[in-house]
Amino acid sequence: MRRHTRFRLTLSLGAVLICGCAAAPVSPDAAQKGDGTAANGGTAAKSKAEVVLPRVLDPQLNLDPYPSSYRPLPRRRAAIVGATVLTGTGRQIEDGVVVMDEGKVVAVGDASTPVPADAQRIDARGQWVTPGLIDVHSHLGVYPSPGVSSRQDGNEMTDPNTAGVWAEHSVWPQDPAFQRARAGGVTTLQVLPGSANLFGGRSVTLKNVPAVTARAMKFPGAPYSLKMACGENPKRVYGGKGRLPSTPMGNVFAYRKAWLDASEYAHKWAVYRAKIAGGEKADPPKRDLTLDTLAGVRAGEILIQNYCYRADEMAMMIDIAHEFDLRIAAFHHANEAYKIGPLLAQQGICSAIWAERSGTKMEAFDGIGENAALLHRAGACVVIHSDDTDIIQRLNQEAAIALGAGLRAGIDISRAEAIGWITSNAARVLGVDDRTGSLEAGKAADVVLWNRDPFSVYALAERVFIDGALVYDRHDPRYQPRSDFELGQPAGGDFHP
Amino acid sequence: MRRTNLMFSPASFLATCMTILATMLAAGPLAASPATSSAAGDRADAPTVAIVGARLETVSHGTIDAGTVVLARGRIAALGRNATVPPGARVIDGRGLTVTPGFFAAASNLMVAEVNLLTPTRDDGSGENLSAGFDVQYGINPASIGVPVARLSGVTHAAITPLVGRISIGEHEGDETALQGAGEGGEFQPALFAGQAAIVRLAHGDVQPLVRARSAVALDLGEAGADNAGGSRGAELVLVRAALADARHLAANRAGDRTGARAYGLPRIDLEALIPVVQGRTPLLIRASRASDIRQALALAREEKVRIILEGAEEGWLAAREIAGARVPVLLDPQADLPRAFESLGARLDNAARLQSAGVLIAIKGGRNFNSLRPMRLNAGIAVAYGLTHDQALAAITLNPARIWGLEGRIGSLEAGKDADIVVWNGDPLENLSDPVALFIGGIEQPMSSRRTQLRDRYLKPDDGLPPAYH
Repeated sequence: MRRHTRFRLTLSLGAVLICGCAAAPVSPDAAQKGDGTAANGGTAAKSKAEVVLPRVLDPQLNLDPYPSSYRPLPRRRAAIVGATVLTGTGRQIEDGVVVMDEGKVVAVGDASTPVPADAQRIDARGQWVTPGLIDVHSHLGVYPSPGVSSRQDGNEMTDPNTAGVWAEHSVWPQDPAFQRARAGGVTTLQVLPGSANLFGGRSVTLKNVPAVTARAMKFPGAPYSLKMACGENPKRVYGGKGRLPSTPMGNVFAYRKAWLDASEYAHKWAVYRAKIAGGEKADPPKRDLTLDTLAGVRAGEILIQNYCYRADEMAMMIDIAHEFDLRIAAFHHANEAYKIGPLLAQQGICSAIWAERSGTKMEAFDGIGENAALLHRAGACVVIHSDDTDIIQRLNQEAAIALGAGLRAGIDISRAEAIGWITSNAARVLGVDDRTGSLEAGKAADVVLWNRDPFSVYALAERVFIDGALVYDRHDPRYQPRSDFELGQPAGGDFHP
Repeated sequence: MRRTNLMFSPASFLATCMTILATMLAAGPLAASPATSSAAGDRADAPTVAIVGARLETVSHGTIDAGTVVLARGRIAALGRNATVPPGARVIDGRGLTVTPGFFAAASNLMVAEVNLLTPTRDDGSGENLSAGFDVQYGINPASIGVPVARLSGVTHAAITPLVGRISIGEHEGDETALQGAGEGGEFQPALFAGQAAIVRLAHGDVQPLVRARSAVALDLGEAGADNAGGSRGAELVLVRAALADARHLAANRAGDRTGARAYGLPRIDLEALIPVVQGRTPLLIRASRASDIRQALALAREEKVRIILEGAEEGWLAAREIAGARVPVLLDPQADLPRAFESLGARLDNAARLQSAGVLIAIKGGRNFNSLRPMRLNAGIAVAYGLTHDQALAAITLNPARIWGLEGRIGSLEAGKDADIVVWNGDPLENLSDPVALFIGGIEQPMSSRRTQLRDRYLKPDDGLPPAYH
């Protein structure tokens, strides 16, 4: 990546004018038009009192304007029999049975677990089964392969606060890296904006299915998250342009200012709604997409995913969260989390980390391989993440390296616990732990069948299921989907034997 | 593990002195060549150590399930199922342990880079003033905190390979560093060649880690090379061939100082570095990904009569027989399976296995940066998952890089007479849950600590009311 063309996005709201809007219920017709022209309609002209606030001007009226259009792939009732099962809930079952039906896990247990007579029986003796892997930190689709200058779409590097941008609008669903990640057992991933900005924008949680549109990959019902960044990147990017922030104190000033703005925005809407409800006339506040996201965070509807390497900066972000009554779901790239394990445990904040990456930049200098194990020992929530197109294909190896470092330091952690770092704990970070991340009756049948212990360097995912549908089979080319981009290319989308 | 105390062996002292004398006598011709000899070889101060009952992965002669390896005077003195333990030797009970040769990082920036994004700590870029003449050896810092980290992953040797241009900061976070050529609005003409590589040994406390300087001249082909040459491959290969012709001309005319008779495309300082290349003494380390670029590299080698090493070669499998036929070795990353650029659309996970089966000498790389040398053995394991045998993968991080870098006479396998650069593992050396339990370099046991283990130990301690800074 040598040169980058930077685009400046101008949101033109000029056409949206509201004059003398009065209290009136929102009309679905107006919402259908959605362009603010309803007020000019014939009926509106007759009486000012009937002027309707166009639906799009009220941030509460359509919180999900781009809903998931995901549909599970064809599936059948199936049972995986005979494998060693890591449930993601801390259990390891030898000679286990996992039954999938209608896209859900319906039974998990030992060899005595009944297998429905009409279920496809998958003999998995000698193999291992885990929940589908979840990567909480990815830029697939927004920094796709090939990494050409015209597809560097993950950082809207035009303002330190771009909370109003949504990663899903940069996702290129043909990114061939989705296919590789799936072959590595990744069934769910969070695609985040980059970390150039203090507020990078909204992330999107995707089901890792091949699709023509990003919406068809969106994890139905998954909450949005806001990507925030501490530390060196924002101050380097904007300080380098002679703008705020250029220091950590500038970072914190800008965070606090933004949260104040969001508080004021939410307050204005509350006042407006109270007046309307009381039959008073009121002008609605001007809708602001940036503040919509921040207000959504304040309301607890949107989670915070906070890029933050250093222990002291994490502690500072916790203080800011307390000041504004916010909750941080996870610190990402939390290289120094091991220094404040008890604080993170007490706050219930997960640390999304690499096994041992360190030294890439000054704020990453103190990374150690035992980070995960030390956090685990402190009772804190550990998640192993990738932020990388190679590591996302081998989250199990990354977790294994972290597990090995712990064992070397005398911290005894079982495979059954460590698998949670890339499954159930990751689901918790994304707010989807009630739906996926573990093999329990009622959860989505997101399942990986491995040829051996997934913590072995030689382990390969053999079959991957999403919502009970076989989406990848290492030995069956019919289940090795290819991106449009790779057709006609030297390997034609085949990347393994 | 049971260990006896070290005992000095006076019987070996005379032999050691003889060897040192021989080395000194040989120093004349050695000093005249670009190769630099380090303090490796016989050393009187190295103890005699016997590791008994261990699994010995010799790499050169298969595996000995329960054997003994004897280290003396800094060399491997003996090994085998029934090798004799010399009297007075310190004995290490090797039951349940595995011994391998030290790993060789085939292309890295170890000792010349500390923190990727801090340019003052980066000495692996040629900068704007030099091309082939850039010499990475002068930036070597054996005190780098990356050295113990790399050593604790089993690495005892590394090739330091230079990059073109200046280190700059990538804008995407995952893009930690990007090397920038001039490009539009650039401030300087980028170098055509990246400069001269070096080989180092990772012995603790060794202030002269250089094993060999000027071990190769690095050159990017493909997209990066085209960019360096002003925008296209056609420009680059013409410029490269012209530079090689100029180097020949300079070599032939230096005595008569008639260089003024010909206008050279590169400064004389860069051409001087290319003279050993055109004379076949020093290889070109060519980074190329696309099959057609690889074929251009092979053609360049054939027509210009230069030795080359290929690095990257993501589409090497498409030209495997040609690479094998040209006897060109390849440094590769077995994890490369993405079309990261238009020049690597054919990247596949079985590239290593396909090249190996075609007869190509391959070395498996880890990450370039010291903070990710650890993946070298992960990469070897992944290559096994995709078709290499365990022995082939182990060779690809030991003996093969030693061969490629011309050091197979000294290191890379467990053989009597080779340097005692060995790693003792508590399991399969390629497995994620295995670790080195002891390392010897030049027969000297290496400390098992690093800055990272010190940080770990500080925060591993139970809270006693004192800040960690007191621990």
